[in-house]
Amino acid sequence: MSIYNITMVITMNIIISNSSNQPIYEQIVSQIKALIISGELNEGDALPSMRLLAKELRISVITTKRAYEELEKEGFIVSITGKGSFVASKNLELIKEQQLKEIENHMQEIIDLANLYGISLEELIEMLTLMYKGE
Amino acid sequence: MEYALTLENVTKEYKDFKLDHINVYLPKGCIMGFIGENGAGKSTTIKLIMDLVKRDEGKITILGKDNKTELNSIKENIGVVMNELCFPENLNAREINKIMKKVYKTWDEDQFHSFIQKFSIAESKLIKEYSRGMKMKLAIAVALSHDSKILILDEATSGLDPIVREEILDIFLEFIQDESHSIFVSSHIISDLEKICDYITFIHKGKIVLSEPKDELLERYGILKCTEEEFEQVNPAVIKGVRKNKFGIEALVLKNELKGNYVIDKADIEDIMIFYIKEQMV
Repeated sequence: MSIYNITMVITMNIIISNSSNQPIYEQIVSQIKALIISGELNEGDALPSMRLLAKELRISVITTKRAYEELEKEGFIVSITGKGSFVASKNLELIKEQQLKEIENHMQEIIDLANLYGISLEELIEMLTLMYKGE
Repeated sequence: MEYALTLENVTKEYKDFKLDHINVYLPKGCIMGFIGENGAGKSTTIKLIMDLVKRDEGKITILGKDNKTELNSIKENIGVVMNELCFPENLNAREINKIMKKVYKTWDEDQFHSFIQKFSIAESKLIKEYSRGMKMKLAIAVALSHDSKILILDEATSGLDPIVREEILDIFLEFIQDESHSIFVSSHIISDLEKICDYITFIHKGKIVLSEPKDELLERYGILKCTEEEFEQVNPAVIKGVRKNKFGIEALVLKNELKGNYVIDKADIEDIMIFYIKEQMV
């Protein structure tokens, strides 16, 4: 896996909110995922070490470790003992799935609101069709 | 898992106070915050770790070595900062350096000087002219200028202004970049330490109330805010502490086990500590 030998660590922005209800490790996971999906991070890019990330963000090492483990489990990064963590090869299906999931979440909100206000599916479809066509 | 510090069933009885079968496990590479109110037993525990007072029962290991029989082999690897600075007041930093060179085989003069510079401590200034913050920084500089692998601090950051606390936090974070380094820090105020701690151990009246990863604590607890009527409907098993006021109720709850639509705020470590202590006083 020579692609993972790159020693240069990429620059990336991670913003942690302490007042958010989302646990800190989840904030890291979703932001790194977003960077990978948007193409700001590319296959083989080296991520900062867990300890460095913890130091810079002033959070516990356990938190950054958990975030990296989660990203690895979902296939976004690979960790190589003694070398560090790297962005995994792009799995288009995985990315598509994430994107659809994100849209689904927004749709669910629309459905909830529609139910609350008594708006029918037909009306919703009509609205969406119009908006999608840009009218 | 490899541990930097372990205490097993450590007991020490005084006339009016008992440290009661304390168990603490600090994994290597981690920072543990040891918290509790004044008089809870924090300093006694640290003195027992350093073998400064004799324990009645139990076993303590530091960096895998027994703290009674094998302490000599690891003394150079332990950096200690106590609440009060223990250097003679009529010395200056330059003289401290000279003394430490004779005390520690692993004394690193350059390291010490770079700390002194970083902390803007004038080398010729007498210790008795130091502010509290400077004294603490000198003690930390000494603790980190020999081959320290574990840093043990007793109330080292209390009474310091936010800027100095911030500097000390940075030093801790720098120290912990080496995976073989660990920190055990006691305090009764932890707000700023809370962010960087991996583990929280909470001692109350000589007993360990809880000791676990900080993230798990913060995810488990929440502060429920509701009316008295609503409160009566809540399953008592999830309530860990209550505070009533004229207009409603605040309660420390296990938030993930609370079903229904409630207003739940995040609980920080201090909230958890205060609710626990209050609950036990009722």
